[in-house]
Amino acid sequence: MRDFDYVRPATISEALVAAAEPGSAYLAGGTNLLDLMKGGVTSPERIVDITRLPELNRIETLDDGGLRIGALVRNADLAHDPAFAKAYPAVAEALLSGASAQLRNAATAGGNLLQRTRCSYFYDTASACNRREPGSGCSALGGENRLHAILGWSDACIATHPSDFCVPLVALDAVVEIEGKQGRRHVTLEEFHRLPGDTPQRETVLEPGELIVAIRLPAEAASFAAHARYLKMRERTSYAFAVVSAAAALTVRDGKIRAARLALGGVAAKPWRARAAEAVLLGADADEAAFVRAADAALADASPPGDNAFKIELARRIVVRTLMSALAGTPALMPALPASPFSSLPGVRHDA
Amino acid sequence: MTLELGPNQQPAHTRHGSSIGQPLTRRDGFLKVTGTARFAADNHPPGMLYAALAVSSIARGRVVSLDVEAAKAHSGVVEVMTPLNRPALAADPDAKDHPFMFRLDLLQNDRVRYPNQSIAVVIAQTLEAATEGAALLSPRYEVLPARVGLDGAEGFVPRGVGVGGPAVQQKGDVEAGLESARTRIEATYETPAQYHNAMEPHAIVAAWDGDRLSIDTPSQGLAMAQGRIAGLFGIAPQNVHIRSPFLGGGFGSKGMISGPQVLGILAAKLVGRPVKLVLRREQMFGPVGHRAPTRQTLRMGMDGEGRLTAISHHARTTSSTFDDFFEPAADASHTLYASPAIATSHDAVRLDTGTPLFMRAPGEATGSIALESAIDEAAHACGMDPLEFRLRNYAEVEPMTGKPFSSKALRECYEQAAERFGWASRPLQPRRMRDADGFLTGWGMGTATFPAIMFQAEARAVLRADGSGLMETGAQDMGQGAWTAFAQIAADGLGLDIDQVDFRAGSSDLPNAGIAGGSGHTATAGMAIHNAGAAVIARLADLATGNEASPLFGAGNEGVLARGGRLYRRDDESRSESYADILARAGLAEIEGRGKGAPDPASQETYAKHAHGAVFAEVKVDPDLGQIRVTRLVGAFAAGRVINPRLVRSQYYGGMIWGVSFALHEEAVTDRRSGRIQNANLADYHVPVNADVPSVEALLVHEDDPHVNALGIKGVGEIGITGTAGAVTNAVWHATGVRPRRFPIRIEDMLG
Repeated sequence: MRDFDYVRPATISEALVAAAEPGSAYLAGGTNLLDLMKGGVTSPERIVDITRLPELNRIETLDDGGLRIGALVRNADLAHDPAFAKAYPAVAEALLSGASAQLRNAATAGGNLLQRTRCSYFYDTASACNRREPGSGCSALGGENRLHAILGWSDACIATHPSDFCVPLVALDAVVEIEGKQGRRHVTLEEFHRLPGDTPQRETVLEPGELIVAIRLPAEAASFAAHARYLKMRERTSYAFAVVSAAAALTVRDGKIRAARLALGGVAAKPWRARAAEAVLLGADADEAAFVRAADAALADASPPGDNAFKIELARRIVVRTLMSALAGTPALMPALPASPFSSLPGVRHDA
Repeated sequence: MTLELGPNQQPAHTRHGSSIGQPLTRRDGFLKVTGTARFAADNHPPGMLYAALAVSSIARGRVVSLDVEAAKAHSGVVEVMTPLNRPALAADPDAKDHPFMFRLDLLQNDRVRYPNQSIAVVIAQTLEAATEGAALLSPRYEVLPARVGLDGAEGFVPRGVGVGGPAVQQKGDVEAGLESARTRIEATYETPAQYHNAMEPHAIVAAWDGDRLSIDTPSQGLAMAQGRIAGLFGIAPQNVHIRSPFLGGGFGSKGMISGPQVLGILAAKLVGRPVKLVLRREQMFGPVGHRAPTRQTLRMGMDGEGRLTAISHHARTTSSTFDDFFEPAADASHTLYASPAIATSHDAVRLDTGTPLFMRAPGEATGSIALESAIDEAAHACGMDPLEFRLRNYAEVEPMTGKPFSSKALRECYEQAAERFGWASRPLQPRRMRDADGFLTGWGMGTATFPAIMFQAEARAVLRADGSGLMETGAQDMGQGAWTAFAQIAADGLGLDIDQVDFRAGSSDLPNAGIAGGSGHTATAGMAIHNAGAAVIARLADLATGNEASPLFGAGNEGVLARGGRLYRRDDESRSESYADILARAGLAEIEGRGKGAPDPASQETYAKHAHGAVFAEVKVDPDLGQIRVTRLVGAFAAGRVINPRLVRSQYYGGMIWGVSFALHEEAVTDRRSGRIQNANLADYHVPVNADVPSVEALLVHEDDPHVNALGIKGVGEIGITGTAGAVTNAVWHATGVRPRRFPIRIEDMLG
């Protein structure tokens, strides 16, 4: 057996001290880390189990009307929190479209941000992967890459970030609350994940030993509740990562778009905020023509590193569809097939 | 005293229906849902060690070095087995004495011929230590370029395909038939490599006692496995005892003993202690078989009335570089549609993969999706409804051979399923139906077929002094319900209530029940059970009818009926006697009978024997995004006598869901350069989840078949995949007007 230290701190400050040692990794839900360890993809020397830190599993409303989600709040608990689902329906829908019921019961909010790419070459230790082993090369380039990135990739890495949760979060200006030896700092989710460039192994702005303690949503995020959707294309109806996904949130008055938020998933190494598209939408008539222009703007810089050119056209269409759905209004009830194009179909027994 | 009844006797001593035909729930259900059913890997004999495979990460080349010292230095590691210290075998694992002897990788040398090939075994006190020991071996390789894909090597015509059928067959003049046709179609379809992926990975717990070997391992063919192992180790078959009471699925991959299972036995021999070896999920993508990819070209000609004038079906497939199994995909065109000219042919390339093997409906499944697609294209080319077109070309005799069918209720299948589905209101042209939400809606159909095969089996029946019965046969329950269905046949065969019968199976020290494969297990072992029951009842009847003290005296063998533990005079049921009384008077503690099941050679020669079915599918397709969802499946199947309708429906459901998987989900993705499979795990190797499985209905169509066997059983294990995959893809075409010709159907193929 490969030995590693296991420590279970009782407080955040104890956790920070424990994780200050090089080779440490925080353990929360473990839904990704344990698989990576078993596969020999990552071999931490010290596991710092943060699951007993009491203050990290709360959902709190802040004085300024914002929301603070503790890093250890489980995906399922968050998605099924009635007040949360009502205020941030697209986030709840994204959560419920991810993984499986069992995984959602275990996976945490903070861990979701830190899950690793699902690029098969990253998991295959016999392949070259700059993300796993800097400087070794990228086997995905020239390989089986029909599901890889179309935005923000580099010759060093064409992997995507697999999260659903992060897509509506980044659209809604979520902020990551980080605790480190220097104290607490706040980073927008948009800036939290890094594009690969020449250093794909540096996936986020976290410094070694830093800990995500919460995710904040600003007060304004709830103002989109009536017109917010998440849509996810995948290769089966559940338990599959997004081929392409999108989150859209609109404020519409008198047929004009007064505020617009748009982000894409499955297209880049980070959840992709489509600010150029938002600029096209702001003040435009709320109609399909505007959404098509927005989609073109969102994908203007897209290019395929391999066999995945179809994802560019698919992403355009998903942007349009998600905006149309958001415009049509958030459904009163969570669809039986969350985030599926078929979410309007009446569920059969199996779908519950 | 033992009486033996042969395969062809049709004893009239019992009436079927007391247990046969009843929808009993699984007799092993309680054990399984409570977790007390003991599967192979649940066994932990005293002193047992754990073995972990080290497998190759290259497709082709040589292992240059293994760091055995590092592995052995790891705490808990007991031994490392490599080609240098692997115990000797009595037979060459690369020998092939007959077509069903598949070559095994048993550390015979340093060669690597496919990814995930075993290159060493680490044996340790714990699974964790064995696993880490395997990682510490850090193999170094001499790598040769991998041959990948359907064009990855030079094509050749194999000597035989499937179970040894000719690679090229023809009837009539196909080119003339195409020439004379009013309408012609030609299309090429590709199907991917698929891996069985039973929930239970191949597992073995092996223990040696001198030259006697005791093993727990899942097997679809106990006697064949016993013989193969005995041959490899140079011991008598009866010295190999295999227990396989439950399989967590097999689908063909547990039909033959695999290399990793034998390595578990070798590991136990090396360390002189019991050893357990369980494959990791990713290690199942290589050494335990797969469904080979195919590229199939179909050409069809039709006359002015839509009658086929010619069918030409060519399939390219793949095998390994070192062994022969060739997916007989084109043979699907032999049996379903009448045509004066039919030509089928296969060629193949040899790739650096594990050897492909039987995988649920081997040939039938791959061939069916291509054939049913092409039939759909042909119907459209003729401007005909696909059902009308199929009826126009309905085969009254087997098209390739001209033999009459032993029975064929396919018309009834078409009628009942079409009626239930509502097919009559289907628009002829594609892209004409939308639902209220704007989704494109399509209806498609496919014909299902699978041959009614029988192997050889034996069974032993005993009646005891207390009037109860025992039935023994080394049958295998893969999860399909054999424990229940065979007990039902045994109960009727013995004329007892099912609770009065002790049914034993799943062990190699019982009579040879043949293989649970080819959808032939129920028919084959069922007939052995039936005949064993008849034999012991005949013996019992002798005791009664020959004794003046019995109320049955003078009735003669043919003059009694067995029912509910009593024998009755056939012509006067007021006269009867219980089994217990008959045995008591004879002073016997028990009597025994033996029976065999086997195909009847005369009727094999005379009749074509197949099960049939019709499957109708509804799909919805997002018109912009191309996402597909199957919303309804209706199948109707005629497969002779149904032993247990609940279990049979379950088989059809499972097959139909696999058909959905074939059309929409399943594919092993192989890196084009390394030859390694990139999705060798159950997260990325997609099969349908519950949300992908629509409303599924399976109708059981009545069919009496007097020719297949005395019980009239055909077999239901594999037919559900066939027809369904084609029905789904034809429905996708009908919804969208886009004809899928590459499977699984991908989002990008639907974007337009």
